[in-house]
Amino acid sequence: MSATTDEIKQRIEAGIPGSEASVTGDGHHFNAIVTSPAFAGLPRIAQHRLVHEVFGAELGDRIHALSIQTRTPPTQEVS
Amino acid sequence: MTDQTGNPMREAIQEAISENPVILFMKGNPDAPACGFSARTVAILQSLGARFAAVDILPDPRIRQELSALSNWPTIPQLFVNGELVGGCDIVSEMYQSGELAQTLGLENPEGPDEPEAEPVDGAPLTIENRL
Repeated sequence: MSATTDEIKQRIEAGIPGSEASVTGDGHHFNAIVTSPAFAGLPRIAQHRLVHEVFGAELGDRIHALSIQTRTPPTQEVS
Repeated sequence: MTDQTGNPMREAIQEAISENPVILFMKGNPDAPACGFSARTVAILQSLGARFAAVDILPDPRIRQELSALSNWPTIPQLFVNGELVGGCDIVSEMYQSGELAQTLGLENPEGPDEPEAEPVDGAPLTIENRL
């Protein structure tokens, strides 16, 4: 069974604390823009690994391709 | 239960990574990439005039298996610079756009006014499977 954008979004948001994911895709190739405070201070490669870990061995298999862009939420203004 | 010692495939991959300052593990080869993500990564490296070694992971499924086990990175392509994983297509693209990639590769940005002609990429792609 192929994956859906909703499933990908929900799993990322459940797997990464405080994250918001915007996911597009066609069932095989997906693109996810993930924003989470958990990424703060991490190198990009570690940020992407957090997303990879949500899906484990499904990446490259059931989920054929997942493009990832990671963002940290804008810092709260301190007045 | 894989034996961590005496794994010639993993050793060959590790050796290729240590011996080549810039090395791309991809599907297909730079002249004929077999996947859009590999094609985009090659195009980015070439547009910066980067010299890089390339390994096609398709001829033997164990290359990808061992590479991913070694790098803790599930997808292809994978770009290594000075022995360290930089990332896949997404990270390479982001770093290209921000100018970080040229910096990581020790190259000037292509926007520079007097950029010399890019040197051709090193000869034949590496073939890990033939080393065994």
